[in-house]
Amino acid sequence: MNKNLKIMLWVAIALLGAFAVAGIALNRGESINALWLITAAVCIYAIAYRFYAAWIAAKVLVVDETRATPAERLDNGRDFIPTNKWIVFGHHFAAIAGPGPLIGPTLAAQFGYLPGTLWILIGAVLGGAVQDMVTLFFSTRRNGRSLGQMARDEIGAVGGTAALIGTFLIMIILIAVLGLVVVNAMKHSPWATSTVAATIPIAMIVGIYMRNIRPGRVLEASLIGVVLLLLSVLAGGWIDHHETLRTLFDHDGLPLAYAIIVYGFAAAVLPVWLLLAPRDYLSTFMKLGTILLLAIAIVILRPEIHMPAVTQFVDGTGPIFGGKLFPFVFITIACGAISGFHALIASGTTPKLLSNERDIRMIGYGGMLLESFVAIMAMIAATVLEPGVFFAINSPAGVVGKEAVDAVAKINSWGFAVTVEQMQQLAHDMGESTLFARTGGAPSLAVGMASIFGSAFGKHLLALWYHFAIMFEAIFILTTLDAGTRVGRFMLQDMLGNFNKKLGETSYMPSVIFTSSLVVAGWGYFLYIGVIDPNGGVNILWPLFGIANQMLAAIALCVATGILVKSGKLRYAWVTGLPLAWLVTITTTAAYQKIFSADIRVGFFAAAEDMATKLAAGVLPADKAAVAPQLIFNQHLDAYLTLFFVVVLWVVIIDMLRLCARHLGGKPVLKLSEVPHEPSRLVENWVRD
Amino acid sequence: MLNRLKKLWCFLRHLSGDDAYEQYLKHHAEFHQATVDAPPPLSRKAFFKLWQDGKWKGIKRCC
Repeated sequence: MNKNLKIMLWVAIALLGAFAVAGIALNRGESINALWLITAAVCIYAIAYRFYAAWIAAKVLVVDETRATPAERLDNGRDFIPTNKWIVFGHHFAAIAGPGPLIGPTLAAQFGYLPGTLWILIGAVLGGAVQDMVTLFFSTRRNGRSLGQMARDEIGAVGGTAALIGTFLIMIILIAVLGLVVVNAMKHSPWATSTVAATIPIAMIVGIYMRNIRPGRVLEASLIGVVLLLLSVLAGGWIDHHETLRTLFDHDGLPLAYAIIVYGFAAAVLPVWLLLAPRDYLSTFMKLGTILLLAIAIVILRPEIHMPAVTQFVDGTGPIFGGKLFPFVFITIACGAISGFHALIASGTTPKLLSNERDIRMIGYGGMLLESFVAIMAMIAATVLEPGVFFAINSPAGVVGKEAVDAVAKINSWGFAVTVEQMQQLAHDMGESTLFARTGGAPSLAVGMASIFGSAFGKHLLALWYHFAIMFEAIFILTTLDAGTRVGRFMLQDMLGNFNKKLGETSYMPSVIFTSSLVVAGWGYFLYIGVIDPNGGVNILWPLFGIANQMLAAIALCVATGILVKSGKLRYAWVTGLPLAWLVTITTTAAYQKIFSADIRVGFFAAAEDMATKLAAGVLPADKAAVAPQLIFNQHLDAYLTLFFVVVLWVVIIDMLRLCARHLGGKPVLKLSEVPHEPSRLVENWVRD
Repeated sequence: MLNRLKKLWCFLRHLSGDDAYEQYLKHHAEFHQATVDAPPPLSRKAFFKLWQDGKWKGIKRCC
């Protein structure tokens, strides 16, 4: 293309993006079209990818396309394989995009559409995508070493241990909160429960097919599985209308939580091929398919956004979770803006497939931009709902009251219109008995998706779309739950192996059962507390998860900043240092408030004290008084856990700063563990496009 | 058109790991056939087992 034409094109994109951002930021009162959000996002991503990411690749990292990657040097045909960049992109994206970017924006929509959207866009472009890209690069230069190993090699034993413990704890909290989301989606919904239950035998059928009937025929097996899943959504509707069958699947939260705990244990102990691997195939196909469908539907439909740009809840009184806009919007939306978990995928798995370093920009930076786009779509799906309906679905009974009339009156008092009849009609349309207080984000996202799909592809199928969306969310939430429990088990076995060799053997059954039980008990406890908490539990667990995830991101950025300084690139250290400083600010502030705030909806100790006083005074209703001691204990535990996270974070930061200071002062530090340069022999063959 | 569909199909197979065995045979022929007493390639079933188990060693899924 002509050079001038190119410049004009980029100027046009920049102007369009600026116009769209100004449009969504300055709009007040009138509803705004979702296409504005999409336009702003696409323009910002395009510019960031074309200029910022390219600059980082060329100047900061100095990507060298003549250098052989680990996949080329260590090619073994199994885990180290030079792979086409689009394939690697597919694997990487499927691995990083979980339920997080769908749930976080939905919860953060209580502040209005604007704060969350801006954070998703800016956070991804300057923070998340940078983190993923530099971690991928540094791991590629170190034979695909994991984040924990890199932290140990580059910063020291303290950093390495911190990364390891952080990863383990984050996993426990993540699984608990995800389990809670699924439980809340299945509570007293025979349709959802039976459909989610059906995914287990379906996964097993697929697993057996792939392993024994037609070994290795992954696509055939997945196709059968997807068809069966769609049938299970239909069958769920039939069960829901069946007098006796529906009672089999109509349960309270607690039995469902126990079922998930048992399931999680089984999944961690059973061989991967039977449940975990086939479920993962199905969830990946469903995930990619549904996200694509949602994108198409939003573009065809161009729905109006009904949520105000900013709501009054920025003052910290929000019903979904307590806490002011700063820092809690940045904690609530982790995945989609910046997620430390990605650093675990970007180190370890993905680098072993890279055939050339120049693909790092597309896979690391581009993959995160796509995930950020998923978060934007979730934000749209949440905010196209009438705000009254959104708050009716997402506000816990502990905040708005158990009775529909009370809940509606409370929500109306905030200035959001909604009626009991409207909610009843909506629940009826969606094939549910009620949609009040369905916290966790999944039901409201499903209602949003169902209304978008319904208007794009046919309104009469709303109930079917709703339960399809629930199934879609549940299937990959459960995949994360299985995979997380299993990884947690491996990590625990690895740690215990230092004390007792036998416990470290991954195939030694007593150790497998012991460590799996410990991991399941860990997240099972938080899940149990979340279910019995009248405030819904999500309001406690999600911020805790956010803090943990941002802490891991900060550790990854610490490692990257340390490496940059040690490589003599101090003047570029701000590329990772800036997002690091921001993360440290928000996690520390959030942790401080969660621990010390006097607001009982924010501070853990304040909440515990408040409940203890009420319990002693005998003013709690009987059902609340029964669980109060457990809740009080849990609030204390959460406070200490938060404190632990923030201490770990500061230890790593101080260690990194000490290392940088020593290096800059000319004192010896740990040597860079980069593998020496070896020229690439891969010519421009089929592997490259 | 047909060519494009074929390409897409190959891409899908490659992405999902459907053709992992074929890729392995290719790798085996390229790297191991040269040595005289190289072990014969694994059967499809045995390879798939190894491949699947290997795939699930580390952290593979995220939030």
